[in-house]
Amino acid sequence: MVASRAIGCLRRFTNASRTLHCSGYISRNFTSSSALLARTHINYGIKEDVAVIRINSPNSKVNTLNKELQSEFMEVMNEIWASDQVRSAVLISSKPGCFIAGADINMIAACKTPQEVTRLSQEGQKMFEKLEKSNKPVVAAISGSCLGGGLELAISCQYRIATKDKKTVLGVPEVLLGILPGAGGTQRLPQMVGIPAAFDMMLTGRNIRADRAKKMGLVDQLVEPLGPGIKPPEERTIEYLEEIAVTFAKGLADKKISLKRSKGLMERLTSYAMGIPFVRQQVYKKVEEQVRKQTKGLYPAPLKIIDVVKTGLEEGKEAGYLSESQKFGELAMTRESKALIGLYHGQVLCKKNKFGMPQKEVKHLAVLGAGLMGAGIAQVSVDKGLQTILKDATLTGLGRGQQQVFKGLNDKVKKKTLTSFERDFIFNNLTGQLDYQGFEKADMVIEAVFEDINLKHKVLKEVEAVIPAHCVFASNTSALPINEIASVSKRPEKVIGMHYFSPVDKMQLLEIITTEKTSKDTTASAVAVGLKQGKVIIVVKDGPGFYTTRCLAPMMSEVIRILQEGVGPKKLDSLTTGFGFPVGAATLVDEVGVDVAKHVAEDLGKAFGERFAGGSLELLKQMVAKGFLGRKSGKGFYVYKEGVKSKDLNSEMDSVLAGLQVSPKPEVSSDEDIQYRLVSRFVNEAAMCLQEEILATPAEGDIGAVFGLGFPPCLGGPFRFVDLYGAQKIVDRLKRYEAAYGKQFTPCQLLIDQASANKKFYQ
Amino acid sequence: MTSILTYTFKNLPSTSAWALRFSLRPLSCSSQLRAAPAAQTNTKKTLAKPNVRNIVVVDGVRIPFLLSGTSYKDLMPHDLARAALSGLLHRTNVPKEVVDYIIFGTVIQEVKTSNVAREAALGAGFSDKTPAHTVTMACISANQAMTTDLCPVGVGLIASGQSDVIVAGGVELMSDVPIRHSRKMRKMMLDLNKAKTLGQRLSLISKFRLNFLTPELPAVAEFSTSETMGHSADRLAASFAVSRLEQDEYALRSHRLAKKAQDEGLLSDVVPFKVPGKETVTKDNGIRPSSLEQMAKLKPAFVKPYGTVTAANSSFLTDGASAMLIMAEDKALAMGYKPKAYLRDFVYVSQDPKDQLLLGPTYATPKVLEKAGLTLKDIDAFEFHEAFSGQILANFKAMDSDWFAQNYMGRKTKVGAPPLEKFNNWGGSLSLGHPFGATGCRLVMAAANRLRKEGGQFGLVAACAAGGQGHAMIVEAYPK
Repeated sequence: MVASRAIGCLRRFTNASRTLHCSGYISRNFTSSSALLARTHINYGIKEDVAVIRINSPNSKVNTLNKELQSEFMEVMNEIWASDQVRSAVLISSKPGCFIAGADINMIAACKTPQEVTRLSQEGQKMFEKLEKSNKPVVAAISGSCLGGGLELAISCQYRIATKDKKTVLGVPEVLLGILPGAGGTQRLPQMVGIPAAFDMMLTGRNIRADRAKKMGLVDQLVEPLGPGIKPPEERTIEYLEEIAVTFAKGLADKKISLKRSKGLMERLTSYAMGIPFVRQQVYKKVEEQVRKQTKGLYPAPLKIIDVVKTGLEEGKEAGYLSESQKFGELAMTRESKALIGLYHGQVLCKKNKFGMPQKEVKHLAVLGAGLMGAGIAQVSVDKGLQTILKDATLTGLGRGQQQVFKGLNDKVKKKTLTSFERDFIFNNLTGQLDYQGFEKADMVIEAVFEDINLKHKVLKEVEAVIPAHCVFASNTSALPINEIASVSKRPEKVIGMHYFSPVDKMQLLEIITTEKTSKDTTASAVAVGLKQGKVIIVVKDGPGFYTTRCLAPMMSEVIRILQEGVGPKKLDSLTTGFGFPVGAATLVDEVGVDVAKHVAEDLGKAFGERFAGGSLELLKQMVAKGFLGRKSGKGFYVYKEGVKSKDLNSEMDSVLAGLQVSPKPEVSSDEDIQYRLVSRFVNEAAMCLQEEILATPAEGDIGAVFGLGFPPCLGGPFRFVDLYGAQKIVDRLKRYEAAYGKQFTPCQLLIDQASANKKFYQ
Repeated sequence: MTSILTYTFKNLPSTSAWALRFSLRPLSCSSQLRAAPAAQTNTKKTLAKPNVRNIVVVDGVRIPFLLSGTSYKDLMPHDLARAALSGLLHRTNVPKEVVDYIIFGTVIQEVKTSNVAREAALGAGFSDKTPAHTVTMACISANQAMTTDLCPVGVGLIASGQSDVIVAGGVELMSDVPIRHSRKMRKMMLDLNKAKTLGQRLSLISKFRLNFLTPELPAVAEFSTSETMGHSADRLAASFAVSRLEQDEYALRSHRLAKKAQDEGLLSDVVPFKVPGKETVTKDNGIRPSSLEQMAKLKPAFVKPYGTVTAANSSFLTDGASAMLIMAEDKALAMGYKPKAYLRDFVYVSQDPKDQLLLGPTYATPKVLEKAGLTLKDIDAFEFHEAFSGQILANFKAMDSDWFAQNYMGRKTKVGAPPLEKFNNWGGSLSLGHPFGATGCRLVMAAANRLRKEGGQFGLVAACAAGGQGHAMIVEAYPK
């Protein structure tokens, strides 16, 4: 339950990039000897006078804009332009769920200098400009993800038709990888959808669904997906899309269809306003202000995007293209971009089940405890079609939980991602009850009862009496060791930890904890369920605090120390957010709950001793005694009022803090030192987890820290951070702090080894 | 995904081969039939079952089906239903008091007469001792009304011996639909009703906002999917690659055949209706054979701008009512009637309301044939409800596809498409009109009358309905 409410930006990040599956595919059998040879990624045929270009990269679920595909595409286009027979063209993918998922990230990773990347960008720009100026109309027929370079390609075509399908999303998620749309996107998008909408797309990396894209003017026509007919639905839908695209291509060639789109009143007004230089300047200023406020200057890409768009609009296309390619090159070389791309790769890794298929697929799930966590787990399960029992001890508790699930679904109806009928249908997958009826059918039970070992033992015994032999028992706990919970089990091989983060429907991470006795099939089953629930998963070994809680605890200890040294909560918050944490440290304690923090600090303090020392536990104890439990009790470091957004300091905390004050050590109390004291303890503990093999890989450590704890994404996670910042520098800092404070800062052996051997976690 | 691709790839050649073979088969079949229609009729067995009461249609009538907003526009649904009942009484001369039960189907209910069967029966002078109820099952409501007396759940009224004489019918008035106040407005009005003091009333009224006045229209879309039926029909046609031209040609056929049947006086189920204050209506007014050129000019009505379903190849909003006199065979004979047909086996089916909304006939046809022990070849007259040209043609293609039968219907082989020369020969819903609740009786009477006229033994009635449901029934000609 160590978590925060406001890690929304992270979730967005993962959402967008999830669809941007990068493929490591490199064409081996491509030969450039003759253009007439059968091509690898692209083939084309001619229907009457329309050339139909079909993209289908072999051995991959997605089409990626790599060098081979680009050159084949240009070959084909040149043939089309030269042919007398062809008057127009249709560009379509043969893969049902994917038009083009983006440019090949590895293409950028292979570059050593900004100039090389700039050249890549310029090649793309030239290609798309040629396409844009094509005298034969080209219709992009889009079904599935059309992202990044894929969208830049599509908007260079003369016309776009998209299937109105949930899988069809358009967007430029480059900003989430710390780069910018580098193939003319920054120049074309503002022309196409207007300046405000273009900024929104490029600065948030937001995925846009087909119907919204139509309204924005990003696509010209929509095609409804078809059901079964003469062929399976997906196949026939693509065929139908192609048929429609061909008729439009003909119509465009015959000039029967106008390229001009009729704009709505608002749209016309906006574009009129954007024609006034003064208004434009104001927009740039406003957007820049907002970006600076949100990124705190930690992410260079958004600012450069604004800059490039501005150059294009104010100084003309040529300047715009040049600026785009140069800035693209510069950005690709930044630490931030490397960190973000690293996270992306890590995430792809954590979306796979490396334990294989479980013997029995989980279809019936039971969740014990209808609290915030239990109901959250139920919510992310029912909408994936899992038959879910939600059991609680009291009717009021159960009712609250059911309402939470319903509200979560209903919010989706309000956002129009679900219909009310679908909501009711999904909600029907949930059975609320007070007894163990139906547990004999359960394939997995996840308990989310109160964090008390005796209670957990009690429910485990009760549950084991009613569940079938194959059923997995998973415990959702943030700190209780799983082997301790499993100690009363008759079948410890079926017991596992599934640590969800609150709020479950927003937080992407799931930390799965295996004990020595947990069987591989049990793990495979837990991972499969987690993946179904849409989670990014790290699998760690059992131990006090597992990985995430254990990393957070020493940092929290330092937070208390810093507060005791007289740094106010507001200042502390701004220092931590200024470092890239989405939520300030003091706020985080309030959000997590002071009682929970105290509980964890006590437990882990006992387990790890000095290394978790620093701050005085007394502070948390006194807060709990006074009822300052954080947001849930209305008071913590801050005062929380229903419906009031701005937070005021809880003045009653002054006396508590004053009573526990210690004098700061001036040599390690600069703002930067305070930030690094927090982060270095986090990083040190993370490295310790890898050293002790709690963690299997650094990638999982990074994903866990960023998606579960809000470690600054721009740093890429603790391990990426060590690589980019330098292990030696971290060790030096830790040693300096050790000198001032003592053993809690002693660098772990792994870090020292990395530093002395000048090794990196990621090769 | 690759597996799907290879799968269809493997299937493709065989499917197309099948399609070829089967496109030939109906032709050869029909020529045989033409050669010896009489001989074949005589060799067939009747579908009578031991220990089951035979149920017969004595006769059935309908008032002319009119485009909504024309002559019936000022009437109420029970007026139309009453007219159909009167027509039936007049046609059959059945003594009112022998009727044991009356059932009507309707779709869009007038809230004042929600049990329209009872209101119409009372108005038509039936005994107030004759119970009546109203059923609804979208476009197959009248079929449901008819089959209620057969045995939907094993205890049909006649089959179980509870009743001997039943009137089944259906009615729809699309000229007027219930348009309601908004929920907020209704809530305020209801609360006002309960308010006791002036203060309470005033405080309620003070909460009134202008947007309360926005009316609530009856849903035209499928409730579960929020998709209109025309839109679904367009997608269905596209799924089965039915072209605009094919659809227009089929619609034109329907209108031409209906016109011919009307001119030749074959639509004998129509009874004239003297509309109060207006002229006497004697015939359907939606039959308008046009030309392919003119039809081609129309813009798509649902999937714009490239869809294929247009106003000309869809059934139109219609007002109308129908009624049938159904009896146990022994009773009919005892009363000296010469019945028109037997009502035999029937089925109801349902499937995915989104992508297969209108495929009811495809699912229902093989099932009812199997139940009756017949094959497609045994059927002499097909009467299918034509919601849209595209829907009929998609059903044909689905029925004629082994791939579809195997992958979606769980059958080993296709049932085959009905031969066109036996299909809706006197027009269909596209041309005659489609008052939702009343169409079922029209289909059965058309099948019965065609069998008598054309000399066949078995008719097959099938229809699709909103909600992704469908129905089929076998009608057997009564021996002359």
